Formats: sequence, C-alpha cells, structure tokens
Amino acid sequence: MSAPAAPEKKEKISVPFDYNKYLRPNKLPHIWCPGCGHGIVLKAMLRAIDKSGFSKDQICVVSGIGCSSRTPGYVDFNTLHTLHGRALSFATGIKLAKPELKVIVVTGDGDALAIGGNHFIHTCRRNIDLTVLVFTNAIYGMTGGQYSPTTPMGSQATTSRYGSIEKPFDACEMAKASGASFVARGTAYHTLELEKTIHEAIMHKGTSVVDIIDACPTYFGRMNKYKSATHMMEVLEKDGTVSVKQVDKLPPEKVQGKFLRGVLHKDERPEYCEQYASLIMEKAKAK
Amino acid sequence: MAEKKKKLLQGNEACVEGALYAGCRFYAGYPITPSTEIAEGMSVRLPKLGGKFIQMEDEIASMAAIIGASLAGLKTLTATSGPGFSLKQEAIGYACLAEIPCVVINVMRGGPSTGYPTGPSQADIMQAKWGTHGDHPAISVTPAYVQEILTETVRAFNLAEKYRTPVVVLYDEIVGHMREPITMPAPGEIEVVDRAKVTCKPEEYFPYDDKYEVAPLAPFGTGYRFHVTGLNHKQDGFPTNDPKIIRENNERIMRKIENHKEDIWKNEETFLDDAEVAVFTIGSTARSARYAVNEARKAGIKAGLLRPLTIWPFPDRAVAELAKKVKAIIVPELNLGQMVLEVERCSRGATKVEGIHRVDGEPITPAQILEVIRKYK
Ligand SMILES: Cc1ncc(C[n+]2csc(CCOP(=O)(O)OP(=O)(O)O)c2C)c(N)n1
Ligand code: SF4
Ligand SMILES: [Mg+2]
Repeated sequence: MSAPAAPEKKEKISVPFDYNKYLRPNKLPHIWCPGCGHGIVLKAMLRAIDKSGFSKDQICVVSGIGCSSRTPGYVDFNTLHTLHGRALSFATGIKLAKPELKVIVVTGDGDALAIGGNHFIHTCRRNIDLTVLVFTNAIYGMTGGQYSPTTPMGSQATTSRYGSIEKPFDACEMAKASGASFVARGTAYHTLELEKTIHEAIMHKGTSVVDIIDACPTYFGRMNKYKSATHMMEVLEKDGTVSVKQVDKLPPEKVQGKFLRGVLHKDERPEYCEQYASLIMEKAKAK
Repeated sequence: MAEKKKKLLQGNEACVEGALYAGCRFYAGYPITPSTEIAEGMSVRLPKLGGKFIQMEDEIASMAAIIGASLAGLKTLTATSGPGFSLKQEAIGYACLAEIPCVVINVMRGGPSTGYPTGPSQADIMQAKWGTHGDHPAISVTPAYVQEILTETVRAFNLAEKYRTPVVVLYDEIVGHMREPITMPAPGEIEVVDRAKVTCKPEEYFPYDDKYEVAPLAPFGTGYRFHVTGLNHKQDGFPTNDPKIIRENNERIMRKIENHKEDIWKNEETFLDDAEVAVFTIGSTARSARYAVNEARKAGIKAGLLRPLTIWPFPDRAVAELAKKVKAIIVPELNLGQMVLEVERCSRGATKVEGIHRVDGEPITPAQILEVIRKYK
C-alpha cells in the first residue's frame, strides 16, 4: 500500500485476529452446521471481548439451551451452559453475587423470547449489568426447525407447515419497553459492525441487549426455499435490514418492513448491582 | 458461664437465623405462603452482612439465580412452598447433575395445585425425592421444632457443601408459623462446613476431578476457568457421548450420597429400647406422636417413637431394625400415604405397618395416634 490509510480504515484492516487466544481448541469442531450464522457471531463476540480489555478470568459467558447456547463450551472463560430459557436468571445470580465479573449471556431467540421471555423482560427492567446477545435465527434450530417467537408470519417451520400465523416479536422493541438501557441490533452479515456493536454493549453499564439476526440454513433456509446460506444472508441480513445511520436519508419505501441495525436505544440509568451496593447495603448497615 | 441468648421466634424466623449462622450470603426467592417470612427476614438481614437478596420474577428464576450465585462462591438459599417447589424442580435437577451446593426450604402446605395455602401438609415428601426428572441424589432434612429449624438449616448448608448437592429442608406450615423460645447458638458452637478450597494450579483443575468422590468447586472468577453444563459430562466439565463416562457420571452422583448415609442420617429415638409398638413420623406430626407415646407409656403400653431428621436418604436401616423388634410401626402423616410406603418397603414384611393420614388441613392429634397405638398393646 502506498498512501497511509486513515486511522479509521487502518483499524479495519487489522492483523489477522488470533481466535485461538480465546477458543478451547480441543473442544472443536463445534456442533454447528455448515453455513450456520452462530459461528460468525461467536467470532465477532471474541473480537469485541478482546477489544474490551477484560481478562479471560474476568469474563463469564452464560447460555441457555439451543444451538446458539452451545457457544460457551468453545470459549476459554468462566462458562456456564444452563437450562432452556433460564440463562438470564443464572447470570443474574452470578452477577449480583460477584459484580466484578463481566457477564455475557448468549441465548437463542426461542431461549430468550419464548421460554425465557419473562426473565428477559425482568432482566431489562432491573437494568442489571449483563450483556445479552440474542441469536435470532427465526427458528428452533436445536430441536429441528419448529417456529419461534421471531418467525415471520407466513413462514414455514416443521410446526407451521401451512405458514406461521403468529405475529413475531421484535426483541429490541421488547427490550426497550422493558427498560434495558442499551438496545442494539446487528447481523452476522455485517460482521465488523456487529463486533463494534457488541463491544459497545460490553462497555455499557446496565442491561445491554444486542439482537443479532443470523441464519439457520438447515431448517429455516431449506423450509423457506432459500438457495443457500449466503442467499439467506443476503436476503435477510443485508437487504432485510437498514442501518439507523441511513434511515433518515432513505425514502420510506426502502425502509418499510426492514429491521433497523445499530444502536437503537441508550440511556444512563442506575445499574442494579450499583444501586444495591449504594442504596441497600449502605442503608442497611447504617441501621 | 455467660447466660445463653434466648429468643422467641417463629419457625421461619429461626430458618433465617440458621441460614445466616451457616454463612448464607445470597437469597433469591418469590413470595409464597407459608414461607414468605423467610424472604422478608433475609431481605432485611443479608445487606447488613454484605450479602445479597433479590426477589426474582418466579421460582424458576429464583432457583437458577441461587445456583449461579453459588458458582460465584456464595452459600445460597431459596425458600418456597408447594406450587413454587414444583416450579423449582428442573433447576434442582441441574444442581444435582452439575453438583452445585445450595439449600431449598419447602414449607409444606396443602396441595395439589393451590390447594390449601394456609393449611399444613406433609404431602411433598415424595416430591422432595422424585420431583425432578431422571435418577438423582436427594438429601432432605425434616425439623419438628423451632430450635431445630435453626440447627437443621445449618446442617442442610453443611451437607450441601460437603456433598456438593442441593439440600431440601422440609417442614410443615405448623412448625413454620409456630413461635417457641429458642436458644441462640454462640459462634463456633455449631459446626459450620465451608466450601473446600481449591489449591491446585489452574491448568490442573477439573471441576469433576475423578480423583475425588466429591471434587472441590472453584468459584467463578478466581482464575480457574472451567465449564459447567447440565449435560452429562467428563471430569473436565465438558459434555460427552461416551457411554462409559455417562454411566459413571450418573452413578457417581448417587454413590457420593449412598456411601455416606451414616453421616447424613439423623434419627431421634424415644423409648425404642423395649418398645412393642412404634410410631414413625416427622415434623408437627412427630410432636403429636411424642405426646401420644408418653400417654401410652402412662397407660402401661410399651410404645416408642422413631423420628427421622433426615428423610432422604430414607433411614432404611433404622426402620428395618425396628421392624424386627416391634409388633407394629404406625406412620402418621399429613398426606394420603407417602412415608408409609417407604416404611413398608424397608420393614420387608417383618412387622405390621399402619398409616394414619389426614388431608383436611388440620393436624393429626395425639388422640388419633393413641387410638391406633392401643390396637397393638
Ligand atoms: C424445558 C425445555 N423445553 C424444551 C426443550 C427443548 N429445546 C431445546 S433447544 C430448543 C429451542 C432452541 O431454540 P433457540 O433458543 O432459538 O436456539 P437455536 O437452536 O435456534 O440456536 C428447545 C425447544 C428443552 N431443552 N428444555
Ligand atoms: S440447526 Fe440451524 S441453528 Fe442449529 S447449527 Fe444447524 S444451522 Fe445452526
Ligand atoms: Mg433460534
């Protein structure tokens, strides 16, 4: 390269990232199918963690049950693979018991929004410092392709052979309404942007939710007639989303029906563990 | 000697004292009658000791939170009753397989379903053993007096830490809500078992090290990075499909309790040496039974009482020995027949076993028990 690159760009062409620093190499290969988006998200998460500067001992990764929830097994942190839907509750226990840990929750759309929906709402409401990465593939991957709370209406799944008639959830809207102080969306397709978003979520104090659209080519893809994993990524992740930074510049018809990407909501609200320490512990000790 | 500190306490308040004495520093729960006083007490007391209290959105979340907090190194507690105990079951199984110490209080009320929330019951005895799916170890302690709720709660924490397993404290609404004068134990007076310290190098640490029957558990965030899962796992904590290891995993968690029943069992025997008829029961029913046995003795009937303070693992040997000596074992219980089945199983036909059952929300009276004792004089 002749001309010196701008600092912004330079960061993007960084040296090949050493994933092995964070992976548990003898626990690989992973269980994911070829073309599955979960691995791309895992890599973005590792890069974001690296950038955050937390040591491996300070990070705790907690998951529920599902294909996405297998992530903790592959990464070299304090890791906990729990019960279907309950990752946030286990994580709340860890975080409140040991606030100095940086707790990241990895959860599927079914795990977080169906069986774990109540915990999701209440975690956001408390604004406890957890980074919640929702792997939204619009399907129950692990159990073989049943419809999930994010399956679009009309889509096929093994339990919606005639098309789903249920209105899907928007995880970001729900997180925001429930009180999460950081809400963002990313996709596996926009992997560098995803890394930045996850990094920002990790650095945020309070409940930070990142809804990550990724693909399950094996079930959602095949049943809904996508030609390939890349075709799915292009249709659902690239063309199906719009960056919040561009949304004002685009005509309404280009935005309609698309998911917004980027940081959608951020506020500085007291964090649960800090409140606990300053309000409850202090007052109780004074009595 | 300094005067011992006396207090007039409710059973559930004594439970709070016991938990704090044992070093519990984390409570997560969801309110439910007749256990709520425990949550209320912990919410006031824990922060003063630097501990954490959180009211979760339901009992499933509460159980999950105490497992998480235990992994972070704290002694943890949740308390509930019937419907909530049912909701906790999946996560109790997780704690059994992942071997995470924690204590669950179940103040028994009438069931099934919402049943009779303010009435006493002893109908969760089988749920305490079989509530979660799959074969799993179970330890359950059964105090009958307010003082004993304190001491048995301490013992529950000790057993949980020693055997790295969830322990259930089972008592009925009567004992939970009764007030009695109790003597507060001085620090050091009752044994408190703390979590075994991990001293090896991180690279040599296995959370389920097969060198041990019960491997020491390193708290998260202390430099021992490891994996915990509810899947069958190897000694390093990672899932496995190896049939040999799966079998060993399942058998070992049973064996670690089975091999130490002597240590876990605790029975109170009253007049059993020369007894010709015996009563076997727990909780408030044992209080009626004690009265009935005393009355029987006054009337010249050789009656005795076997009162287990550990109901799971079931005191099979004590019952088998008793069955060889007496004409009958009477089993009063506030349910339609749970302990009686175990007593029948363990007495192997050596004696007559007769149950007394009551599910109308009223206690079994001494007179009811005495009447049956008289049949065997
Ligand atoms: C209590 C309970 N109910 C049902 C299941 C079965 N189950 C396992 S994973 C799963 C769905 C996972 O879907 P999602 O969370 O979206 O993750 P994905 O596999 O799509 O990544 C279900 C229903 C279970 N393990 N536990
Ligand atoms: S089933 Fe779907 S979600 Fe699961 S690993 Fe395969 S592609 Fe990924
Ligand atoms: Mg899914």
